[in-house]
Amino acid sequence: MKHLTKLMAVSALALGFAAPATAQDDPLQVGFVYVGSIGDLGWTHEHNEARLALEEEFGDGVETTYVENVPEGADAERVLTQMALSGADLIFTTSFGYMDPTNAVAERFPNVMFEHATGYRRDYPNVSTYSARFYEGRAVMGHIAGQMTESNIVGYIASYPIPEVIRGINSAYLHAREVNPDVEFRIVWAYTWFDPAVEADAAQALIDQGADVIMQHTDSTAPMTVMREAGAIGFGQASDMGQFAPEPRVSAIIDNWAPYYIARAQAVMDGTWESTDTWDGIGPGMVGIGEMTDAIPEEVRASAQALVDAIASGEYHPFTGPINYQDGSQWLAEGEVADDGTLLGMDFYVEGISGDVPN
Amino acid sequence: MFGIDPITLIVALITVSTPVLLAAIGELVVEKTGVLNLGVEGMMITGAVMGFVVAVDTGSPTLGFLAGMASGAALALIFGLLTQLLLSNQVATGLALTLFGLGLSALLGVGYPGQTPPVVNDPFPDALAGLPVIGPILFGHSLVIYLSVLLVAAVWYVLGQTRAGLIIRAVGENHDAAHALGYKVIRIRLMAILFGGACAGLGGAFLSVVRVQNWVEGMTAGAGWIALALVVFASWKPWRALLGAYLFGGVTALQLRLQAAGVEVPVEILAMSPYVVTIIVLVIMSSDRSRAALNAPAALGRVFHATG
Repeated sequence: MKHLTKLMAVSALALGFAAPATAQDDPLQVGFVYVGSIGDLGWTHEHNEARLALEEEFGDGVETTYVENVPEGADAERVLTQMALSGADLIFTTSFGYMDPTNAVAERFPNVMFEHATGYRRDYPNVSTYSARFYEGRAVMGHIAGQMTESNIVGYIASYPIPEVIRGINSAYLHAREVNPDVEFRIVWAYTWFDPAVEADAAQALIDQGADVIMQHTDSTAPMTVMREAGAIGFGQASDMGQFAPEPRVSAIIDNWAPYYIARAQAVMDGTWESTDTWDGIGPGMVGIGEMTDAIPEEVRASAQALVDAIASGEYHPFTGPINYQDGSQWLAEGEVADDGTLLGMDFYVEGISGDVPN
Repeated sequence: MFGIDPITLIVALITVSTPVLLAAIGELVVEKTGVLNLGVEGMMITGAVMGFVVAVDTGSPTLGFLAGMASGAALALIFGLLTQLLLSNQVATGLALTLFGLGLSALLGVGYPGQTPPVVNDPFPDALAGLPVIGPILFGHSLVIYLSVLLVAAVWYVLGQTRAGLIIRAVGENHDAAHALGYKVIRIRLMAILFGGACAGLGGAFLSVVRVQNWVEGMTAGAGWIALALVVFASWKPWRALLGAYLFGGVTALQLRLQAAGVEVPVEILAMSPYVVTIIVLVIMSSDRSRAALNAPAALGRVFHATG
């Protein structure tokens, strides 16, 4: 027992000295916390690609570590604490559900910088948030989906009823309806980001209900497998999912985190890092549109590309009025553009979508 | 009803239920010999990864299924040796087996997510499967699904109607008495444990090779635990396990379709309904306390140490 106490005292001392010893010439220690596995070919895969790009950019200047499949909750706090204790200078927490753990751990480690994806809480000066305007990509996918559906039923596999997902549904629907007034959206809430079995079942359920185009806001490729068998089409989510091209995957929304990760690591090295809130879209390149395959008619590809260009240049905002609330009352007047605050907290469907947003 | 096609619903229900059913029927036999193996989830996921890996590498789904069974049984053998020969605690060993299986499968599966497994051919010709109504329901499945139902029938027959079943049950009810009569308690239990492992492994392989056609870490997502619960709620009766599994799968498939059809029911209630409905129905069925209690193998979870 006595030895143990001594050992603990020594290691505590070692830790205490180790922390300030992370001097300038040591490589920058960057930690990543992933909600899924890097082999998911979706969300986590792209964060990991950006991690690899970071290593590529700085070579020996950075050392990265990552932990996969970290549940959103108390476990995340444990993993984050562990990372901070083992000397990380900068930690990216890459899922919405890490919001509270990130801020809790940030309070205890003021010298470690935290970057939380898709959240909005920056309680401490060492927490930044970043996200991508995925809804810009959804608008393009909706534009394609509206013209590709023959049954006029578009299936939508949704994950959790949070603003990001609801925004995606609204954006996709508005742009599908714009090109096809008869289009109808069928939404299934899977209550998971990543569960291939549930996602496959949801895709099958939507196809059995007549959907011939399926959009997904879950991260596995399982729905693609079902679509391929049933002859339906869909879009890569978070990652290109190019192995399913040219059909069922006809295009994709790609998250490109690399430029942001490199810029933030550079800021820490330069000592210019400060708490910020970043929300970039197609223009700055954080959201990419995967190659549109030949399965899409040429004129649709052209009009979709025009939409991409208009969004990228800032000429067009996907939430531009007139847009009504689901009950028909007015949300945005003619020409009015939604403000970021409303978009960030979006908890309602626009007119034309049936059903209620789950609480 | 609500614009839901009952035929596609039944087809989906059978596919969704089969992995759970296979694992449950295997565990039922294990528990009938008086052993509680909580490692079902671990054996399932190991079966899922090995089934997938072998099916992808060899191009033969059949070999994949066999590999799934073998790996499930191999994991079960570890459990069997620890609990039956080294007399370790069954609950702790079973839980450890689940954790071990989850970790091992993640390791074995590195590099396999996103690979495409070979297509599994259905045993019946398209002409039969194309018949209206009964075609897709009776003839449109892969071989493993028919096997799972046959397995339920076989387990029911062996347990209830044969001398072997009587011995299995005797071991599960009172291992000392069975031992005194000269039955090899440990050998019989080990065989049941291997059978249970093979069934769970096959269920896992079916999940990865047929149902999802992909391997991802943690893809069983608790199916093994549902199988364990089903065995208890089914009062250790094979046909009830089948009913419970189909009920669970049926409500799972139905709730997604109700959502897709836009039925005005809160999604939260729909999402939890498979668990709630399955539990309620099976609780009602086994509500006669005296009979349900009688059905639990009396020696379940107890350590057997042969004395003389």
